[in-house]
Amino acid sequence: MPLGEAVRTALRSLAVNKLRSTLTMLGIIIGVAAVITLLAVGQGVEAYVRAQFESLGTNVLFILPGQLREGPVSVRERTPRPLTMGDMAALKDPIRAPSVLEVAAEVERFARISYRKRETRVQVRGVTLSYFRIRDWGVAEGRLFTPQEVAGQARVVVLGQLTRERLFREANPIGKTVRINNMPFKVIGIMTEKGGGSFGSEDLTAFIPISTAQSRLFRVRTYRGDYTVSLIFVQAVAEDKMDAAAQEVAEILRERHNIRYLDEDDFTIINQKDLITIFGDITRVLTIFLGAIAAISLVVGGIGIMNIMLVSVTERTREIGLRKALGATRQDILLQFLIEAVVLSLIGGMVGIGLGTMGALTVSRLAQGVNAVVTVEAVALATGFSAAVGLFFGIYPATRAARLHPIEALRYE
Amino acid sequence: MNAPEVVIELQDVVKIYRLGREVTIPALQGVNLRIRRGEMVAIMGPSGSGKSTLMNIMGALDQPTSGAYYLEGQNVARLGDRELARIRNQHIGFVFQSFNLLPRLTALEQVELPLIYAGGHSRRERRRQAEHALAMVGLADRLHHRPNELSGGQQQRVAIARALVNRPSIILADEPTGNLDSRSGAEVMHIFQRLNRDHGITVVIVTHEPEIALHTRRIVRLQDGRIISDEPVPEPKIADPSRALYTR
Repeated sequence: MPLGEAVRTALRSLAVNKLRSTLTMLGIIIGVAAVITLLAVGQGVEAYVRAQFESLGTNVLFILPGQLREGPVSVRERTPRPLTMGDMAALKDPIRAPSVLEVAAEVERFARISYRKRETRVQVRGVTLSYFRIRDWGVAEGRLFTPQEVAGQARVVVLGQLTRERLFREANPIGKTVRINNMPFKVIGIMTEKGGGSFGSEDLTAFIPISTAQSRLFRVRTYRGDYTVSLIFVQAVAEDKMDAAAQEVAEILRERHNIRYLDEDDFTIINQKDLITIFGDITRVLTIFLGAIAAISLVVGGIGIMNIMLVSVTERTREIGLRKALGATRQDILLQFLIEAVVLSLIGGMVGIGLGTMGALTVSRLAQGVNAVVTVEAVALATGFSAAVGLFFGIYPATRAARLHPIEALRYE
Repeated sequence: MNAPEVVIELQDVVKIYRLGREVTIPALQGVNLRIRRGEMVAIMGPSGSGKSTLMNIMGALDQPTSGAYYLEGQNVARLGDRELARIRNQHIGFVFQSFNLLPRLTALEQVELPLIYAGGHSRRERRRQAEHALAMVGLADRLHHRPNELSGGQQQRVAIARALVNRPSIILADEPTGNLDSRSGAEVMHIFQRLNRDHGITVVIVTHEPEIALHTRRIVRLQDGRIISDEPVPEPKIADPSRALYTR
């Protein structure tokens, strides 16, 4: 029998029992929809996390005081030797650290910030001017600090978008005076919006000169009188120089901190690329894991198909006998039932892809910033997988049909 | 092609059914039968006489345990599934007591089925041949009716058209009037006689009703798996479709 006729025959038999066919397909529909949605959301999350890390700047190393312990939750040592402004300055050395392009430092604390009656709690970041260059971040209104303001420990502040909204609503904040821990600061600018960050909103912040933060606001000094910093940013000259830059930074800091040969570093260098890779791997594993769970429901759907096909073979025993009497070979019967199973699962797969795409779109709309995209690969995978499920679970019922003896089949009541 | 005069030849055909390890049922115990082209034969016998088994073997639905079966000069007894399917498709037209039509197909589609399994026909060609076969049984005006829209007699005529459509060597009918009232029975017998007389089609009818057998030209009687008589019918009855076949 030609394939076209076989497909027509299969479609007819499926159309006879529309409700049953639909219910049978439901298993595959749900399975495929789940796989499609979860893969899309997984990829969306992965892209989101990557974008978050990339928004920290390009080719950036982060240097934290203390050693990150191994284990699921990183815990810093009890009393790490702090990083200082001196450490930061030492890293900007074109001879000892030729791979370093730019360095910046940050002192951050949570603090109360108020304007008239309104008060909120934000992350106050005292930063060097190079911080804005490394993060490639600037103001939407007003201006950043001048070098003179940094040198003079001026009480000026640049607000994040969310801080501005909470304190000023619609009013123009430039030139107004806000209080941070009761100390008056003049608002000189508003940062552009960054979006929700992985480490709390980057928009619920207030930026002040690092010198002001260290000497006036938070008073952070070592016993030697050095000003300490929370975090040092190092930007490498190029992507392929990041490892070299990390090496140079480590050597300089070990020497400054008098760490002996074979002793552990008392600071941690985090490579932005490594972070992206690590979190990329984590989200990818999660995606595969969720996809695998969804795939289980596909298998369950396949068993449903097999079940219905077995019932169908029994019900249609006489039809099979008749077809054999009319000249159908075993192969013809096998093909007929196999095609029915594959058509069931393929149509289920198509509907599932449609539903899964809608699911992905819904998630994209609900979860801000996560763009769940249904890829061609996911569609191809789902289609191939559902066809394979139909084939696999259709083979047994179809062989049973094909093996029926024509006489016994014709006599079957 | 010069078709051989003998269509069916059975030589010492034995069929033994095995039920379990020890129990065997000898259904046919050495049957010799020869049917020539253009004959119309009735095979009679009480139930359990082996007539259904004989019919199944002649229809290539089953294989004899021993003996030879020549259909158009070809020994069918040792063929595989694919060849048997081809023989059933090309050389044999079945008509069953319970019609065996597929419930959802129109008359035209029922008759097209053997052509689909034969392969090699265009859709238009299939339709033309199926329409022709339905016209031969007088159903040219019922092409698009489904079985539940047809009377019993009409359903059996669709089945006959389906048996005819591949121009088989022989039509095998198993109690073809068994499920019909006597008037529809007369209709069906009339068609068999006409096909046999006007188109030279060989017809073998298995029946236990003497009245039906008297419409053929030769009666073969079976008992306990053996042929006990094989005689021509001196004056075959002519079926009149406008009247009931016989009164019960």
